[in-house]
Amino acid sequence: MLSSIVFIVLFLAAVGFFTRNVRRLVRNIKLGRDVKVDDNKPQRMQNMLRIALGQSKMTVRPVAGLLHIVVYVGFIIINIEMLEIVLDGIMGTHRLFLDFIGPSVYGVLIGAFEILALLVLVSVIVFWVRRNIIRLQRFIKPEMKGWPKNDGNLILYFEMVLMSLFLIMNATDPAFQALESGNVVSGFIAPLFNGMEAGTVHLIERSAWWLHIVGILIFLNYLYYSKHLHIILAFPNTYYGKVSPKGQLDNLDAVTNEVKMMMDPDADPYAMPEEGDTAEEPAKFGASDVMDLNWVQLLNAYTCTECGRCTSECPANQTGKKLSPRKIMMDTRDRLEEVGRNIDANKGEFKPDDKQLLGDYITHEELWACTTCNACTQACPVSIDPLSIIVEMRRYLVMEESAAPTELNNMMSNIENNGAPWPYNQMDRLNWVNE
Amino acid sequence: METALKVKTMADFMAAGTQPEILFWVGSAGSFDDRAKKISKAFVKILNKAEVDFAVLGTEESSTGDVAKRAGNEFLFQMQAMMNIELLNGYEVKRIVTCDPHSYNTLKNEYPSLGGNYEVVHHTEFIKELLDKGRLQLEGSALAGKRITFHDPCYLGRANSVYDAPREVLSKAKAKLVEMKRHKQTALCCGAGGAQMFKEPEKGDMDVNVLRTQDALATNPEIIATGCPYCNTMMTDGIKAHEKEASVSVWDVAELIAQAAAL
Repeated sequence: MLSSIVFIVLFLAAVGFFTRNVRRLVRNIKLGRDVKVDDNKPQRMQNMLRIALGQSKMTVRPVAGLLHIVVYVGFIIINIEMLEIVLDGIMGTHRLFLDFIGPSVYGVLIGAFEILALLVLVSVIVFWVRRNIIRLQRFIKPEMKGWPKNDGNLILYFEMVLMSLFLIMNATDPAFQALESGNVVSGFIAPLFNGMEAGTVHLIERSAWWLHIVGILIFLNYLYYSKHLHIILAFPNTYYGKVSPKGQLDNLDAVTNEVKMMMDPDADPYAMPEEGDTAEEPAKFGASDVMDLNWVQLLNAYTCTECGRCTSECPANQTGKKLSPRKIMMDTRDRLEEVGRNIDANKGEFKPDDKQLLGDYITHEELWACTTCNACTQACPVSIDPLSIIVEMRRYLVMEESAAPTELNNMMSNIENNGAPWPYNQMDRLNWVNE
Repeated sequence: METALKVKTMADFMAAGTQPEILFWVGSAGSFDDRAKKISKAFVKILNKAEVDFAVLGTEESSTGDVAKRAGNEFLFQMQAMMNIELLNGYEVKRIVTCDPHSYNTLKNEYPSLGGNYEVVHHTEFIKELLDKGRLQLEGSALAGKRITFHDPCYLGRANSVYDAPREVLSKAKAKLVEMKRHKQTALCCGAGGAQMFKEPEKGDMDVNVLRTQDALATNPEIIATGCPYCNTMMTDGIKAHEKEASVSVWDVAELIAQAAAL
């Protein structure tokens, strides 16, 4: 009885705290500008099913992809067992489903969970080795120092401990072992406890059971503070991801209106806006801070799990430039978190803090190193678009601050003056025919 | 002596009261860059040989604004785009072919929402069409058995998923195609895109084009083929950086096909 109350209190607290963080997450994402994403619904649904649910882009790198699928499938399937654990916890029962579905079906289910748990454990250990012993290039880039590195390892430790606890809890359950059905992995662990007193074994079983469920509740609430949010956000992110050709950049509507007015000989530059004309002058062109980006770009930032496939494919990064598409996403997320904390601390209002994404997080040097080649967007397994953020910030630099590199300013004034990026006369455009 | 190139302008067609089959968008590089002008000429030779009734805009053509857009200058891009669209729509242009994947991408993807709706094809796609329809024959054997590796331009490949046309065209010319380790979706950029062509690279330990040429040289090719004037420049410079200009040359697909057709 007491244990049921303790369980219910813990469970509700965990769910409550998680809900609070989800609200905060949604609020932060909504700080972004609105963007039209209600088009191509069948295509978007298909992308989500194929890329997020079907993990289609993970297997481009076969080793990591296969291991990831094991952990992903394990995570989803083993969660079925969570239902029994939660119900047992609330009602004070033990292996509630055993009586309902009978030992043979129950055994098949638990047997599958145990095999997956073992596979997940092995995969996670390999992941840890890749990060810490082999030290794959993409995991030791400059932006991965400190918290991002610890975050990555913490997630792996969480999973190692949770899987071990699940197997131990089965191994130390004599009644379950006696069934000889479903203990395919734990049956090999059980003999380790053979010499112990029944009371001690029971205590270990209870401890493992409680640590396992508490661990899961903690892990659930760890998500918000971690790159691991991708397990949820990969789904909306692939749905809202780009559906137009990769090469297509959006045309800024605000600019279109101004250009049309400039080119219309009948336009009155001093005309007052028409009555009921609600089209507001945008605060600025391009983006210098997270609020200037659209909400899909902010969703992208929270979805990024820092795998670094983008950065390892980036031509600028491969040739030693400062640009790292992953860092663009991490910076965007970190700044957005900072803005969110600012809002929390100031009763729901953002108080200017003399900081912004451009300059304080992302440097000009990084932005100008991009070749817009789309290697990063191609590599991302969850449809994140770092390129769109880079272009948005270049727009701010050029249109609001005239801060392009000198050579680019020359190129642009050539286009303005003679319709080509080089200083050649437009009247000479056809000379090549007779040269 | 070479036969003179036959190039008519949209204004010529207009004056005659006729419409061309297709508009050849030459682009700024194709008009002014010394290396790229040779690509324009080779492509015109092919068009002439296949008796394609094409036009150019000539002195009325102006930058698509693509490079300004990638540099962040949306104003300049849209100014250029709207001027060009006014011109193209005035001539009732329906179909456009270009040798420049950057122009291709912008005309195809970014002009429609500004009022410019055209069918846009890359010259490698158009050449494939000419070959498929039997309008162009490859009589010569200039490319037969030649080891050629094709470098995918980002704005043709990843940006617009055109991977097969240039390869099929080269195969038809009996070239021996060898693929770089990273090709098609995973091809490495030449380093020119996103306005990099017009500026010095940021500080690093290598230039992108040198790295990409390394990929190409690893296939031990006689020829590096590409389908973009900017890639062409970058790969040519890369070959020089590796001091391989004596044994490996860089050509556009149009130039290679012109050779294979004995033009």
